[in-house]
Parts: sequence; C-alpha cells; structure tokens
Amino acid sequence: MPKLITQVGCPYCGSSCDDIEVLVSDDGTKILEVHNACIIGTNLFFHANDSTRPMLPRMRQPDGSMKEISFEEAVDWTAKTLLAAKKPLIYGFGSTNCEGMSAVGRVAEKSGAVLDNCASICHGPSFLAIFDNGYPSCTLGEVKNRADVVVFWGCNPMHAHPRHTSRYSIFPRGFFTQKGQMQRTIISIDPRQTDTAKLADIHYMLDQGHDYELFDAFRTVLRGHDIPDVVAGCKKEDIIRGATAMKKARFVMIFFGMGCTHTDGRNHNIDIAISLTRDLNSYTKASIMAMRGHYNIAGPGQVWSWQFGFPYCIDLSKGTHAHMNPGETSSIDLAMRDEVDCFVNVGTDAGAHWPIDAVKHVKKHPFITIDPNYCMASEISDLHIPVRIAGVDEGGVVYRMDNVPIQFKAVLKGLSGVPSDEELFDMIYERMCQLTKTEPVWLAAKEDRKYPVKV
Amino acid sequence: MAKISLNMITQRSVEEGAAMEKGKLNPDYFVACSVCEMNPEDMKKAGIWKNSNVRVTSECGSVIVKAIEPTQYVPPGLAHIRQGVWANQIVPPRTQSTGTPQYSGFPVTIEPAFNERIKGVLELVQGAVGMWKGGN
Repeated sequence: MPKLITQVGCPYCGSSCDDIEVLVSDDGTKILEVHNACIIGTNLFFHANDSTRPMLPRMRQPDGSMKEISFEEAVDWTAKTLLAAKKPLIYGFGSTNCEGMSAVGRVAEKSGAVLDNCASICHGPSFLAIFDNGYPSCTLGEVKNRADVVVFWGCNPMHAHPRHTSRYSIFPRGFFTQKGQMQRTIISIDPRQTDTAKLADIHYMLDQGHDYELFDAFRTVLRGHDIPDVVAGCKKEDIIRGATAMKKARFVMIFFGMGCTHTDGRNHNIDIAISLTRDLNSYTKASIMAMRGHYNIAGPGQVWSWQFGFPYCIDLSKGTHAHMNPGETSSIDLAMRDEVDCFVNVGTDAGAHWPIDAVKHVKKHPFITIDPNYCMASEISDLHIPVRIAGVDEGGVVYRMDNVPIQFKAVLKGLSGVPSDEELFDMIYERMCQLTKTEPVWLAAKEDRKYPVKV
Repeated sequence: MAKISLNMITQRSVEEGAAMEKGKLNPDYFVACSVCEMNPEDMKKAGIWKNSNVRVTSECGSVIVKAIEPTQYVPPGLAHIRQGVWANQIVPPRTQSTGTPQYSGFPVTIEPAFNERIKGVLELVQGAVGMWKGGN
C-alpha cells in the first residue's frame, strides 16, 4: 500500500510550507503524488524520483571527462585540498539543514576558510541594515492574525513565494482578521505591474532604483512635512493616501525583497525601510520582514551566529578569531579580487547564479561541488560529491523567513551509500584531523553524531 | 541596425522556479530563462519583432536571448531577464562594497539578432570557463 505522509516540509522557498502531503510508494523509494504544494515544490519532490541522480562522487580526469570514485577517495581529496589551500572559500547553504551548516563550521575552522552563504548575494544588505538600525519584526502568524495593511516592497511573492499570500499575508482569515482579504489593504511597490501588484489596492509603479526617495517621501509625510508633487515617479496625493492608510492601520506589515537589496543603495534601501517601520510605531503597530529566499537560508545566519557570532562572510583564516566585513570577506568580492585559492559549492549553484565574471575567477583554482543533483556548478567542478536532499530523503531543522525553526521530515529512503551533508562534513573533518595529527575535538564533543559511529 | 538603451532588471518568475526544480539541464529551463521581456513600444523603436532573438549587451558582456512581450507589464525604458544562466552572463559583478552584485538596475543596449542562435546552459557556463567540448 502506498503511504500518505502528512505535515511534510517543502524544501524550496522561504515560506517553508509544512502542510504538504506526499504519497509514497510501497517500498518508500518513489513519490507518487504531492498535495498542497505549489508547482515549484511539486516539481522539486518529483525530481527526487529521477533515476539518474548521482550516487557516487565524480572526479574530473585530465581529458576533461568525469569518472566515478568512492566516497573515501572524495573525502580524502577534499580534506587534502582544503588543507593545502591558503584561503579556501566555502559557499552556499541555502538548501541544506542546520545540522549540515553546523558540521561545516567545524571543517571551515579546521581549514582556516572563509565561510559564506547565499545571503551575501541575496539578503546580505538586509543584514547590514539590521546591524545599523535594528529589526522590528514578528512571526508570520502575527501577520495572518493581525495585519490589516500589508506592503510588498520590491518583492513578488506570487512568483517567488507562491503560497506566501494564501498562507500568511493576504488571503487567510486570522483571529483578528476574520474577513481575510476584505479586511486588508494591500500595497505593492514595484516598477513592473507584477502579479502581486495586480492583487494590490494601491500599486506604486515607481522608477526603478528610486526606492530610497520614495521611502524618504513616506517618512516626510508621516512626520507632517510637505513633499514635491512627484517623487520617484509617484504622485504626491498617492503617497499621502498610502501614508495615511499606514498611519490609520491597526497593524502594518512591510515585506521587502530583491527590489531593494539588488539595486542601487543596497543596504540603505533597507535601513530607511526599517526607519519607516520605527516611525510608524509612533502612531500604530508596524513590523518589517525580509522575504528570505531559500527554505533554510535563515538557518546559516542563526547557526553561525551561535558558533562564530557572525551570520555570513565569516573569515576564519586567523585561526583564533572570526572576522566579518562584507565588501572585504564576501564571496563575490573575494572572487573578483582573486583572494581565494579553493572553492567549495554546497547546496547552491554558483555556476548559474553568480555573475559569470566571478565564476571565471574561482574556476582558476580547485572547485568542489557538494550537491544532490547535476547543476551548473557540478558541471564545471573538479569534484562533485552527491548528498541526500534535505527535506526529501534527509530530515532536519530549517528556519523559515521569520526565523521560526521547523522540523522537516525525510519522506523517501535515501540512496544507498549516499551520506547527508552533516555526515559528509563530519567525515571530511575527521580526515583533516587524521592528516594534521590533531584531536577531533568537535566530534568528541558531539554526543549525537551519526558519523563516525561511537565506540 | 537600430539599438536601444534600456535599464535592465533580473528577477524571479514562477516558470523559472518550476523549471529549475526539474533540473537546469531540462529543456524547460532553457525555455523559461532565455527570454528578455520589454515594453512593445521599445521593441518597435529598435525594430525588434516579438519572439525573435536579440543581443543584450552590458558593461561586462553580451548574451543572445529571445525578446518576448511582457508576461507582467514592463514600462517603457525597462527590460527584464529572468534570473539564471542567461541573465548572469551580463550581470555586473560590482557590489558597492556589500557583497551583492548589481543584479537589478544596470544599463544595457538591445539590438535585433535575428540570425543568431541562443546558446544552451552548458555551452554558456562551460564556454565561459574554457571547458566547452561541444560544437558551435
């Protein structure tokens, strides 16, 4: 009998939906049906059925082809390469569980690496703004139960977080919002008329890249001062209308995305948005939240903050002190200045999602990909090590966009012999300790470790 | 041939996400991501027919993609390529010292390239790092 597994977590976007139901075949190796998930999540679960998924590491040969090798050889090669490098860069972690992120911290510390996650090309500027200005935020349940004005600033959840609006922000009927969408005023701020903007009551079609001026105008109006007739392509009366709606609201929620972090000003677009939220709290209750991208991209921020005190761009090359300065220690900047001599791509695809100039720079040195599937990074790397897919054939803790931890389940039996990220990093760490003849202090401290088996 | 200067943004779309999760080597990914959306007025100005190939050039490279009418309204002066392998051929890596490249809001010129071929993912990425073994 096929088995219906309920309350499954979807390992795709920052909404981290945990109400998915998956029908799994008798033997627990195939997904037959996926319920409740959006099309992206559905495709993700079905892709795990792919019979061509890699089961063994593949090493680049002198003739350019890839040849399968054993996990022992791959772990040995990775450990030796990391130890030989003067300044390796370990990057990725949008799509793996917190256990894997914690395990890689030990490897990075041992190898004196720079440890970075996808935040540095995504919501890194939001972190910079949060360092400057604070983060008056809330959980998504608060939004569902209380928010009557919801602002989507430079984000398009209908495409990027497809079930966000129906689970948390627009449509659900909450405790104090029992009329659902009818009770909420939706404001969208985007240079395009996106599918999210089509749902909005007010759409500011601002000039691209002029978000700072528009935030400034809202703050000026809120403080009772005059503004020019047109700001960032938006009319004065529209801005006053929006500002008044926010002021009169019972609970204002501002969501922001790549429209703010990827354009001119970067972190300053976010810090003025945070200032606006703080201003609004003089009149009403207001809260702001970053639309985090991957299902567990908030995870490395949490895990590495506990381990090293910094969420991303962590330079461990001093050996005794961690150092963080995005702009200096971020992946793209390090790559463009040729400051790293080994690149490890984990749970991401730098080959596809980095500007191609940066890819060319890191490709000059040993390039290792740790990923369950074939991707652009795996196709240009020297070594590709497959792992289990977190949320599909490996469970674990993930952090949703509002930093709420959710326990994800494994719904399929993992491919035989393929380790999880955590097990693989523990193997690499142990091999590095053997090679340097040092005590594996972290493995000994880790009581519930899966690898190696406790004696 | 006519050329037009536009402001380029690279963003998500659900087609891109759905295709990516089938795998980047899947034909769906090619269809979803090798497109450039711009306002029909701008297409007219540059002599670009809809669903024909165009060359998009930025300060750091150029790429051939298919010009399509916007699936979500794009105002005149703005162009949009869905994030992915094609977009990142032309994304400037300058970070304003924050670590985040200029993924949105960089100037490009767009011109018709009717007879040019759109390259596949492997050809673009492996070609860029000197590993492409396939033909042209």
